[in-house]
Amino acid sequence: MEFVSPEGLRLDGRRPMEMRQLRAEIGTVSRADGSAVFEMGNTKVIAAVYGPREVQHRSQQQNDKALIRCEYTMANFSTGDRMRKPKGDRRSTEISLVIRQTMEACILTHLMPRSQIDIFVQVLQADGGTRSACINAATLALADAGIPMRDLVTSCSAGFLNSTPLLDLNYVEDSAGGPDVTVGILPKLDKVTLLQMDAKLPMDIFENVMQLATEGCKAVANYIREVLIENTKELENRRGL
Amino acid sequence: MLQSKSFVRKTKQGKVVKVVREHYLRDDIYCGASFCKVCDTNGARFVSPGSTILVVDTNVVLNQIDLLENTAIDDVVVLSVVLDEVKNKNLGVYNRLRALCSNSLRRFFVFSNEHHKDTYVKAMTGESPNDRNDRAIRVAAQWYQNHLGSATKILMITNDRENKRKATEEGISSETVESYVKSLGQPALLDLLVQPHTSEDMEIEDLRPSKKKVIYTEHKPMSEITTGMRCGFYHQGKLRVNRYNPFEAYVGSESIGDEIIIFGRENMNRAFDGDIVAVEVLTQDQWLNEKSLHIADEDDEEDDGVHLAPSSADDAPRIANSAQGSSENANNAPSRRSGRVVGIIKRNWHAYCGSLEPMAMPAGNAGIAHALFVSKDRRFPKIRIQTRQLGNLLDKRIIVAVDTWDCQSRYPSGHYVRTIGDIGDRETETEVVLIENDIDAKPFTSQVLACLPPLPWSVSSEDLSNPIRQDLRHLRIFSVDPPGCKDIDDALHCTSLPNGNFEVGVHIADVTNFVHPGTPLDNEATQRGTSTYLVERRIDMLPKPLTEDICSLRADVERLAFSVIWEMTSDAHVISTRYTKSVIKSCAALSYVEAQARMDDSRLLDPVTTDLRNMNMLAKIMRARRIERGAITLASAEVKFQVDTETHDPLDIGMYQIREANQMVEEFMLAANVSVAEQILKSFPQCSLLRRHPSPTKEMLEPLLRTAASVGLDLDVSSSKALADSLDRAVGEDPYFNKLIRILATRCMTQAVYFCSGELSPPEFHHYGLAAPLYTHFTSPIRRYADVIVHRLLAASLGIYKLPPIFQDRPQLTSIADNLNYRHRNAQMASRASIELHTIIFFRKRPTDTEARIVKIRANGFIVFVPKYGIEGPVYLTMRGEKGGGEWVVDEQQQKIRKIDGSISYGVLQTVQIHMEVVEPQPNRPKLQLTLI
Repeated sequence: MEFVSPEGLRLDGRRPMEMRQLRAEIGTVSRADGSAVFEMGNTKVIAAVYGPREVQHRSQQQNDKALIRCEYTMANFSTGDRMRKPKGDRRSTEISLVIRQTMEACILTHLMPRSQIDIFVQVLQADGGTRSACINAATLALADAGIPMRDLVTSCSAGFLNSTPLLDLNYVEDSAGGPDVTVGILPKLDKVTLLQMDAKLPMDIFENVMQLATEGCKAVANYIREVLIENTKELENRRGL
Repeated sequence: MLQSKSFVRKTKQGKVVKVVREHYLRDDIYCGASFCKVCDTNGARFVSPGSTILVVDTNVVLNQIDLLENTAIDDVVVLSVVLDEVKNKNLGVYNRLRALCSNSLRRFFVFSNEHHKDTYVKAMTGESPNDRNDRAIRVAAQWYQNHLGSATKILMITNDRENKRKATEEGISSETVESYVKSLGQPALLDLLVQPHTSEDMEIEDLRPSKKKVIYTEHKPMSEITTGMRCGFYHQGKLRVNRYNPFEAYVGSESIGDEIIIFGRENMNRAFDGDIVAVEVLTQDQWLNEKSLHIADEDDEEDDGVHLAPSSADDAPRIANSAQGSSENANNAPSRRSGRVVGIIKRNWHAYCGSLEPMAMPAGNAGIAHALFVSKDRRFPKIRIQTRQLGNLLDKRIIVAVDTWDCQSRYPSGHYVRTIGDIGDRETETEVVLIENDIDAKPFTSQVLACLPPLPWSVSSEDLSNPIRQDLRHLRIFSVDPPGCKDIDDALHCTSLPNGNFEVGVHIADVTNFVHPGTPLDNEATQRGTSTYLVERRIDMLPKPLTEDICSLRADVERLAFSVIWEMTSDAHVISTRYTKSVIKSCAALSYVEAQARMDDSRLLDPVTTDLRNMNMLAKIMRARRIERGAITLASAEVKFQVDTETHDPLDIGMYQIREANQMVEEFMLAANVSVAEQILKSFPQCSLLRRHPSPTKEMLEPLLRTAASVGLDLDVSSSKALADSLDRAVGEDPYFNKLIRILATRCMTQAVYFCSGELSPPEFHHYGLAAPLYTHFTSPIRRYADVIVHRLLAASLGIYKLPPIFQDRPQLTSIADNLNYRHRNAQMASRASIELHTIIFFRKRPTDTEARIVKIRANGFIVFVPKYGIEGPVYLTMRGEKGGGEWVVDEQQQKIRKIDGSISYGVLQTVQIHMEVVEPQPNRPKLQLTLI
């Protein structure tokens, strides 16, 4: 199948190095300590953060750092066919773990010993790249909750189809069976916190694809920073400063 | 940058699901005119500001692609909406259109109107997709007109009346194809047009209903076919017409798991060879009926020409019905299903090569004549065409494309595409052979030639100092090839070691040192797949400097090679194998005859001759061992022409003689191939390119067994070993008997094929003919692309180079393997056709009497095989047209044909004397006729 036309356009009209449209909103769940909705094209994710709060199960309490918990779910209506997705299937367990580890790497957990932070992410609409969108949403929600972090974590995926590296795959491109490299970085520190791929790629091509995904992460980081600054300004206005 | 607007699109995928996809609109899509002030002119195609730019609609592309390919039509905007529609309707046309757009010599420009912010149109409520697309085309045409200003005329070409009317309303100038072509003032172009069946035309014909007879049954509508297939009434499959009898076709159906035979044009119901059709199986009592019917009407047109003896089951005539040949035998019910085509799911129409049926020049009628076109390939029916240049075309080979076939006409109607040349002219006929076999004989493009190293080329000091390359110039290496061979891709050496063992090396031209993956040269070679050898010329896979000079391992020059070196004991057991890139210097380029003569001449004791003898000794042991394992010594009736160097006319023709020297070289090539196959499979179990030869099934060997049984021979076909042994035992009184049986056996087998190792399981890798568990092609990279791939794999397995990324992509590798099989087969077909052509030229002036062997008995005669010339053809006992050949009786069991009074009888494998002569039953259509003396 032709994913990139000879004119250099992808199926949805993007060029290979372009991302889908980003949109973010902070403070969407008022009960939560921090929350955000993050959209990458038609992929829409909501994240809510509770904490730092008292550890629910004493046995899990850690005396030197905070306990991070993460729960990833997909809404039943998130894909076209309304299938009842069993909770806690392998895929969501894995993604929960991935998000938790990525977040743990940037939260300054040692500042909040004997406490617990809960991150809930739910996919409202899935169109490829849910993993990345979840991480981006979680970052925003954590920032909104005021949890101390080393840096923002941002994530973006890239693939390799028709011998072309493609940024930010949508569902059609994702299900083409090619490699899908998901990268998460700390943009200011320039460190990688997440790198996943479930296919084989020659090293030199892989490096190109990963480079592209990293560029994507940086673009997401710029956007997220803008959103946060915007949000802070609004908060200032509300306080009448 | 991202001008985005998402929208909702709904598609059906079996069940109705709502698919939501984003659709980004952009402002960086350019118009493609180099004189445009606003747009980026990179990749622009339209150069002259004053010219007319055409915007074509989908139906124009679908129907008139031959016209668009003509260089008279240029400056065309192809809208992405048109491309998408064409792609969905006809992939063949889509590929041709894409080729046009990417051809830098033509001015075709793809405008992605669907993603342009100003030309994107959203479907209005109640608007059909077709109407929306038409509107999109009009909007794009309008945009172009506004964008480029009034200096440039934008002309929309459409045959849709409604669309044209709306365009005129909106102020877009538009024309139909006919009127546009007429305005160009080139009458020859009009022949390329597909004649639209306009409604007025129909009315005229309706006036005389008695004249119009429905010949074929109406095709069932698609919805009925799909339900029928779901219920199991109909079966889907690809129709394949018997190459030797165009009134018989087969549909391989997955739902039945067997082939359905279709007898007669009426049952084929307008399907062409290669079409995907829906078939209804007839009831059992109809099978016989159909069969006898078909025999009755086939006599008029069936025409079995003399052709080259087939070399494998793939090109042998199908013998499906021969078992039931005697239809008097009523209780012998046919065992195979017969069927009837009810609908065509996908057409496989393309352009066909042939000539017009001879006819008188009609008077008047404004110079438009209707003519019948006869394809050279007999599988296709005659095609009706209209032409204004009948006089010119009558004695020419032409290409014709099919447009329609309605159920009231016996033959499909089509249109003229182009002329190749005069009938009977050798060059024309050769070109026909090439076109029919889809062989690209065009000269290499400048991009491809730019990839060649600068000439004159010689081994550089970098090559010598390269650590991956071993210097083997001190070895006594020589090559043995057919006489006059210029593309020498293999050389050998054999040295005795002090410990009594031998070091044997096979050195193969290092083509991959010059052909790098991803270059235009490599892409071209991938496409060509193989060199094609015709009688008088060779069509190279790689450009001539590479083929004949840089890669060719000629004598006394230093050349780069890829070597396989074994250490062997004197009883030919391999102790060690190593592979290395090398630099060699061949000391002699021998021909098979020379090598044989040296070995036979006991007075010669020079080193090369000694090496040859040692190698021959080893090769004989290896060969014996291989035969012991069950390899089958196959035989084919290869012929060799001696061609006049000036006129290229054949001077002499004879069987190709196989000598010990040939077998010796072959043995080492086989050994090298097997060693390399093992090595690459070990390193790359998922993406190696191997070659396999499937075991023949019982049914495929059936004709061989029947023939053998009739002469009292019992063949054991349970395994390749058993077959090889019983073939060895099959020795008759006359010396040629064994060879004949072997030829017949070879014919029953399919050809070996390339495949990607990840696609099959290891037991399927088996090569039946060679009795080898693994096999590949490594030894001829100059003329076969498969070998180039294998060279890359081998180099990667040795860690010399990285594996090119293409190997990671298994579907792509499989598609390359499929292409190689296709090209390989076509090249073989082409060289056979070329030999057939030259056989006719040869016998034109030389009527000959010769000895022939009967290979098959038929109702009205038999098929004979002429060993001396490697050809096969029918000999008729009863003349055609002469009804009721009651004088002759066929005995199926014994494979004999007897005169009713018992005075004469002919049996299979019997020797007969025949007379060969070229006759011309119709002017310009010579054919070889065989008659009994």
